[in-house]
Amino acid sequence: MLPLHTVKQFFTDMRRQKLRTAMTTFGIFWGTCSIVLLFAFGQGLRESQVESQKGLGENIGIFWPGITSKDHKGLPRGRQVQFTEDDIRMVKTKALTIERISPEFSKWNVSLKVGRTNMVQNVIGIWPEFGEMRNLIPTEGSRFINEQDLDQRRRVVFIGDQLADQLFNNSALTGGGNSSPQGSEKYQLEIQKVADRAIGQQVLVNGVPFTVIGVMKPKKQDSSYNGRDARKAYIPASTFNTMYSRRYPNNFVVQAKPTETIKKSKEEILSILGAKYRFDPTDREALAVWDVSEGIEFMNSFFGAFQMFLVGIGVATLITGGIGVSNIMNVVLEERTKEIGIKMALGARKSYILVQFIVETLMITGIGGLFGFLFAFGIVSIFPALQLEDYIGVPRVDIFGGILVTVLLGVIGLIAGIFPARRAANLQPVQALKLF
Amino acid sequence: MSNEMLLAAQKPVLTDNVISMNNVRKAYTTGKVTFEALKGVDFHARRGEFLAIVGPSGSGKSTMMNIIGCLDIPTSGDYVLDDQVVNKLNSNQLADIRNRKIGFVFQAFNLLPYATAYENVEVPLLFARVNARQRKERIMALLSRVGLADKVANKPTEMSGGEMQRVAIARALANEPDIILADEPTGNLDTKSGGGIVQLFHELWQSGKTIIIITHDMNIARQSGRVFKLKDGLVDTNGNGI
Repeated sequence: MLPLHTVKQFFTDMRRQKLRTAMTTFGIFWGTCSIVLLFAFGQGLRESQVESQKGLGENIGIFWPGITSKDHKGLPRGRQVQFTEDDIRMVKTKALTIERISPEFSKWNVSLKVGRTNMVQNVIGIWPEFGEMRNLIPTEGSRFINEQDLDQRRRVVFIGDQLADQLFNNSALTGGGNSSPQGSEKYQLEIQKVADRAIGQQVLVNGVPFTVIGVMKPKKQDSSYNGRDARKAYIPASTFNTMYSRRYPNNFVVQAKPTETIKKSKEEILSILGAKYRFDPTDREALAVWDVSEGIEFMNSFFGAFQMFLVGIGVATLITGGIGVSNIMNVVLEERTKEIGIKMALGARKSYILVQFIVETLMITGIGGLFGFLFAFGIVSIFPALQLEDYIGVPRVDIFGGILVTVLLGVIGLIAGIFPARRAANLQPVQALKLF
Repeated sequence: MSNEMLLAAQKPVLTDNVISMNNVRKAYTTGKVTFEALKGVDFHARRGEFLAIVGPSGSGKSTMMNIIGCLDIPTSGDYVLDDQVVNKLNSNQLADIRNRKIGFVFQAFNLLPYATAYENVEVPLLFARVNARQRKERIMALLSRVGLADKVANKPTEMSGGEMQRVAIARALANEPDIILADEPTGNLDTKSGGGIVQLFHELWQSGKTIIIITHDMNIARQSGRVFKLKDGLVDTNGNGI
């Protein structure tokens, strides 16, 4: 009954003081809008950075040969440590924390030829597990290298999307027939078409015919070694060795079990290989290790902090809006002193006056907040149409953002309202009526 | 019929004291200056009485009215209203007394400017949590009683001074209080409208209400049953009764 009366009064007031109410509400509108937008863009940026990191692979580590830096069991430091494909097999059977492992043989400046198109690129020899670890996902209708390919030393090749585009998209003259931006849906479709054309075709690798079995689905990747996956050609490790007879792989890639960390796998692998090649497992230079999950973690926390910083700016804006509301409520109080006095003379309790002021403040913050949220949400919704996601990701408002804004608005509304409301409620009826 | 005859003919039976003040003092302090508006006043009003409080400016009339109306509490001394010691009540209890036991009529009408006559009369009923159906019945009855049945939807700006004061009286009667407390009710009105208002007070008095009018207009004071004079914050004993 009473709150209804208050709401009615609020709307009467709003009509009487259109400009003032509008400007006050705008302060809250703008503050809410800032928070939601900054939150959304921060979130999008963080997610796109983390996703790019994951392009290399999740929970993986990459191991290179190194040189010992510690004396160990009577052997001097400075010895070269190298591993063979057999060592990697041994690690696979002995290490308990790892899910997958694969050697990586790499050869640069290999000629790849389709018809009259000739590209010089990096060819990689790997085990089938490599694909899943490193997120080399085949396009529809194509596949990655499998166990039979490895066992039978088949001459099959899996190629990166950009390389496929160059080889099979009449790209001899343009150097890449596809002009659509990376990561866009159009590009994805284009690559699918290229893949459909390429599967089953022959590529001459250093003059040796290989059958294309798969093309990589385009992916985001912002860190790499030996070049981008999109520009490489992958063949079975066994086939690679028959062609180039390499004793030592360039490196190997390990994926830890989902419940384990690369940190643990690294210790395990260092102690297994350390026992064989007699180096100190704590020697950090015997093998060079890149823990990719560390990078993901770093990106997550760095951009998480960046997002909080952005939200902080938004919160400050909203607080400024809240101060504006509080000021206006003080003005309203001055204007209404007499009215408050009349109501008190007619039997209004303090709590009624208090509630009236707080409800009015909450209405202003609520309405401003709602419109701010909707406006920001609208911007976030139409943003993907601008196709800027490669640069700043896709802004996104999640439930956490929604709750954050709601709680903040509530708190700011209450704080902005409580001081003028208490002043109003604590007026003596006589003072309010200005009877003396 | 003269007023004296009217009073003699229809004087209601006076019963116990509804208001009883003993040695009431009220001091206001502004900075270092203390001003004593009431300097020990004894005042009693019996149920059903029609009395006028008169006195020159600065005599403490308004302070009396504030204290009687529970808008303010005395600095010292006792004020008993309808067997309740007002000095000891908290702000909510005071609000409830103002709501149910006292009906205020002000010189400046003090209507809510944005509300219609109907809504103005509704305010005390809302505070008393009267349900919607009863509110409507009572408001319509009250507005007809003060002769404004056709101005229900008018806002104060659409009414004359006399009409506004009638709305204020209807509002004062909303919760059927025992006491009507009027502060210079005709001060802002012309003679004709003022006369009508005084007539209305008489009718209320005849229906059993206790009427207390604060005024400096001797013509109005003469029409009351008893005149209580104040001077410099004290009871003026010179010629109590005119």
